[in-house]
Amino acid sequence: MRLTDDHRDFRASVRNFVDTEVNPHVDEWEREGIFPAHELFPKAAEVGLLGIEYDPEYGGEGADHSFQMIAAEELGRCDAAGVSMAIGVQSMMATPSLARLGTHEQKQQFLAPAIAGTSVAAIGVTEPDTGSDVSRLRTRARRDGDDWVIKGRKLYITNGKQADWVCLLARTSDEGGYKGMSQIIVPTDTPGFSVARTLDKMGNRCSDTAELVLDEVRVPVANTIGEAGRGFQQQMHQFVIERMFAAYSAVGACDKALARTRQFVQEREVFGTPLATKQHVAFRLAELQSEVDLLRSHNLVVCETQLAGEDITRLASVAKLKAGRLIREVADACLQFHGGMGYIEETWTARFMRDVRLSSIGGGADEVMLQVLARLDGLPA
Amino acid sequence: MNIVVCVKYVPDAQSDRTFNDSDKTTDRESVDGLLSELDEYAVEEALKLVEAGEGEVTVVTVGPDQAADAVKKALQMGADKAVHISDEAIHGSDAPATSLVLAEAIKKIGSPDLVLCGLASTDGTMSVVPAMLAERLGLPQVTQASELSVEGDAVKIRRDGDVASETIEASLPCLVSVTDQINEPRYPSFKGIMAAKKKPVETWTLADLGVDAGQVGLDNSWTKVLEFTKRPPREQGEIVKDEGDGGSKLAEFLASRKFI
Ligand SMILES: Cc1cc2nc3c(=O)[nH]c(=O)nc-3n(C[C@H](O)[C@H](O)[C@H](O)COP(=O)(O)OP(=O)(O)OC[C@H]3O[C@@H](n4cnc5c(N)ncnc54)[C@H](O)[C@@H]3O)c2cc1C
Repeated sequence: MRLTDDHRDFRASVRNFVDTEVNPHVDEWEREGIFPAHELFPKAAEVGLLGIEYDPEYGGEGADHSFQMIAAEELGRCDAAGVSMAIGVQSMMATPSLARLGTHEQKQQFLAPAIAGTSVAAIGVTEPDTGSDVSRLRTRARRDGDDWVIKGRKLYITNGKQADWVCLLARTSDEGGYKGMSQIIVPTDTPGFSVARTLDKMGNRCSDTAELVLDEVRVPVANTIGEAGRGFQQQMHQFVIERMFAAYSAVGACDKALARTRQFVQEREVFGTPLATKQHVAFRLAELQSEVDLLRSHNLVVCETQLAGEDITRLASVAKLKAGRLIREVADACLQFHGGMGYIEETWTARFMRDVRLSSIGGGADEVMLQVLARLDGLPA
Repeated sequence: MNIVVCVKYVPDAQSDRTFNDSDKTTDRESVDGLLSELDEYAVEEALKLVEAGEGEVTVVTVGPDQAADAVKKALQMGADKAVHISDEAIHGSDAPATSLVLAEAIKKIGSPDLVLCGLASTDGTMSVVPAMLAERLGLPQVTQASELSVEGDAVKIRRDGDVASETIEASLPCLVSVTDQINEPRYPSFKGIMAAKKKPVETWTLADLGVDAGQVGLDNSWTKVLEFTKRPPREQGEIVKDEGDGGSKLAEFLASRKFI
């Protein structure tokens, strides 16, 4: 797949957004443990970042998936991964099911403001007792007339404190296992909904990750996305899109980290010559860059396959697995070559190292990707 | 209100810019070019004015083939149409010659209510084209606006100096140059990028403007670059060694440079 001038121009706009609206502020946001989503998202929306593939009827850009790939890559260049993750949640994790299966009324009420950046969305799947194994989900929505009455807890929810609505996965029947779940839109100002706490984290510190409590929260059954009872299947589809975001943004993040480190090793001298003259250093950086290039090429195949409307479960899982592992290796090498300075909070490498650790856990842990792939390969994992 | 914005295609200030050895003109081949950042403020201001009322924004550039990129960026930001004047004979033109071409182009475009320019190009940095252009068009000129508003038939600007800010009014039509304090230029959105592809861009030559090649170009310019030298590398700073008297040595150094 070849990228065009349009991709290049859009990339320049997103990069400009990241360099002017995000990066100058991230130190402050990291210190405060939260970034101002309601201020930043409307600016992201102006560039078209929050609804790239969505219907122009609801304010979307109506672009094809390749522009989503470009946007995610560039968001990887945010100097704090918490911001790119939050935008990723809004555009590729909490809204795809709504955009794909929602009714016109639902899209007007929830999708349009999310695309405009005036409302903040979150995706609520993980619970205190279960993350990887979605079949053990416990949050329960009982039907009472035209309402769902929801009781349960959600943990580690990105944008949790600032969200205006949550795309919630809950049980709507007692069938158990993967059956009888539904995706329900829960506005966070509904009585019974509360944020128990925001969580103090190792990395992605400027992202508000929260524990949410739903205590007899009453929302209309009309807030069900798609088909009641098919929530798990719909969420799996949404998860696959989330994996693509992880893989695309990792390429941008790794490119930037390696470029910065290449610059540094040419300036820093050890034993009388620049670090870059040490074959070990130069080869290690070249090797990592070549792996990033491979991931980029793979991502293009993911993108093409998605554009063709074919099943991308395998390709996206491979990409997510590789991205999680590679970005951690890149962060480790970049920090290592910066020496003591790399370990100091003032140097970008320290935050980068902390931020990227999540890549192998969130959005499906590496082992979950391996389980998916092993099963596709016919092994009973 | 119809607005013409003059924009320039310049070598990217982030890259290693230089001159051509042969004729000592700006090297526009070996480095990537773009819409001069200072002109983005003028485009933004024009868009804001038109969005608040009505009318059209036309961008005009004088430059080589690649300068089409500069007008494209302005169209992506939201300008309605563009004129690109490209002619081999223009190569090497100085500010008076450039302003002549621009003036003729603006006359051909029509009679805009407002002509907007950036503060200066980021390559030549002379800041004189707006004044020359106003003279050639017979328009009042108010330059270096860090605030601009249009009320009725008049434009009002704020011009910030070192010791005072002036508020200046001029009657329309007029020419205004703006500073980088006036607004925050938008980035082209995805929709803007796509819409720009359908917007009209006219490419004119000198003949289309009725300008004689003998009035422009390197040979007919009033000014010429005779020589250029690379800025010398920065000198090593002076290290003051502290042997108990570091403080006073530092003060001496600062005093000798008249910092204190
Ligand atoms: C900063 C942050 C933001 C998050 N944002 C969201 C969000 O917005 N919405 C949301 O719903 N969730 C979110 N999560 C939750 C995240 O998706 C889960 O943490 C993740 O899916 C893992 O689930 P778990 O934490 O329950 O770990 P568990 O499922 O308990 O797994 C623990 C570990 O066991 C291993 N493991 C798991 N399955 C297998 C297997 N089959 N075979 C072998 N080993 C295995 C893996 O190493 C895994 O890391 C977020 C988490 C963090 C830390």
